[in-house]
Amino acid sequence: MADEVILLDAWNSAFGMRVRVALAEKGIKYEYKEQDLGNKSPLLLKMNPIHKKVPVLIHNGKPICESAIIVQYIDEVWNDKAPLLPSDPYEKAQARFWVDYIDKKMYDVGRRVWSSKGEELEAVKKEIIQHLKLLEGELGDKPYFGGETFGFVDIGLIGFYSWFYTYETLGNFSIEAECPKLIAWAKRCMEKESVSKSLADPHKVYEFIKGIKKMLGLE
Amino acid sequence: MADEVILLDVWASPFGMRVRIALREKGIKFDWRAEDLSNKSPLLLKMNPVTKQIPVLIHNGKPVCESLIIVQYIDEVWKDRTPLLPSDPYERAHARFWGDYVDKKIYSTARQVCTTKGEPKEAAKKELIQCFKTLEGELGDKAYFGGKTFGLVDIALIPFYGWFHSLETIGNLNMEAEFPKLVAWGKRCLEKESVSQTLPDQLKVHDFLLGIRKKLGIE
Repeated sequence: MADEVILLDAWNSAFGMRVRVALAEKGIKYEYKEQDLGNKSPLLLKMNPIHKKVPVLIHNGKPICESAIIVQYIDEVWNDKAPLLPSDPYEKAQARFWVDYIDKKMYDVGRRVWSSKGEELEAVKKEIIQHLKLLEGELGDKPYFGGETFGFVDIGLIGFYSWFYTYETLGNFSIEAECPKLIAWAKRCMEKESVSKSLADPHKVYEFIKGIKKMLGLE
Repeated sequence: MADEVILLDVWASPFGMRVRIALREKGIKFDWRAEDLSNKSPLLLKMNPVTKQIPVLIHNGKPVCESLIIVQYIDEVWKDRTPLLPSDPYERAHARFWGDYVDKKIYSTARQVCTTKGEPKEAAKKELIQCFKTLEGELGDKAYFGGKTFGLVDIALIPFYGWFHSLETIGNLNMEAEFPKLVAWGKRCLEKESVSQTLPDQLKVHDFLLGIRKKLGIE
């Protein structure tokens, strides 16, 4: 019997993109259901009553929530191809550590970029550069965070690449100037179909944020 | 060759306790090293340069950071005994989700109840009550969060049982009346040697929290 795989997601969610990339890497057919986060669907509220957030993967009727947890689930269930996590427990722990770092740091600064201005914005900008520089250090001269192959940490970070243009434009800085290796890594990832088909258009993301700022009177 | 296992920790840390419990569940001998967080050791700064936090597990010279990542690492390396996570991928994702919930919700909220006053305290108390109700709902009539056996979610939450006395006294909560299943669960966990050997006396924890209040000038 064929698997039924549904993804509740929002087009510009860097976390949702993680799941889209993972599903594409594994070649899994799924139904994408775009969610309106301003008017949450009964299905979303039923499948994620605790956090009421996207992404949610629904596999044969059963929900899995939290993007890093979903990606690990996908890797464990569809374990016959394209491994996303290392098999060695130590390497696995390192990969989980970096995805956890991205989880804790990137979402928060990303949100503050568009909701702050003046001195506050300068502070957020400095923080973004600090986090990205640290991640760049961890990447080193490897083609991917996982080494020779694209994996969990690459998946964990790449969705935020679609937000870089927004950070740069609002913060008036160049991420490429600050972190050239990281941008080279992102472009390398974008050569993969699983990534290029999953990421949102950076200009669309910026227009969307511009619209939000206008609506909230935050220009 | 015998494994060398070192744990950098502080006695009062609920996160360190998770690792101690996991190591004891697996019967792993370890060298426990108390850190002074106001004067962090060169070893801690070398082993966790990113967040500089405890706990850090050092296994044969290699560091693993973040308590729930450490617990999963321990489970995967010493996989021949006492499994801490379920073997089924869906059940595993479910356990990880609730471990993550405890991480996101309990520590900061409980700490706020115990170390603030006035409105922030009342707001935190309301949120904490909601979280405990949610956790009780998830526990249901099971012996442990993991079902029949003690596992990841139990390990994630049980250190906070040591805070219940403080929550009652400082937070003016009647834990047994409001959350009878959770209190029963806590007592059940304490019957396990790994837990009773690890959890400090509730009065010692209370003194510690009172110390923080005093430092912050909260009466």
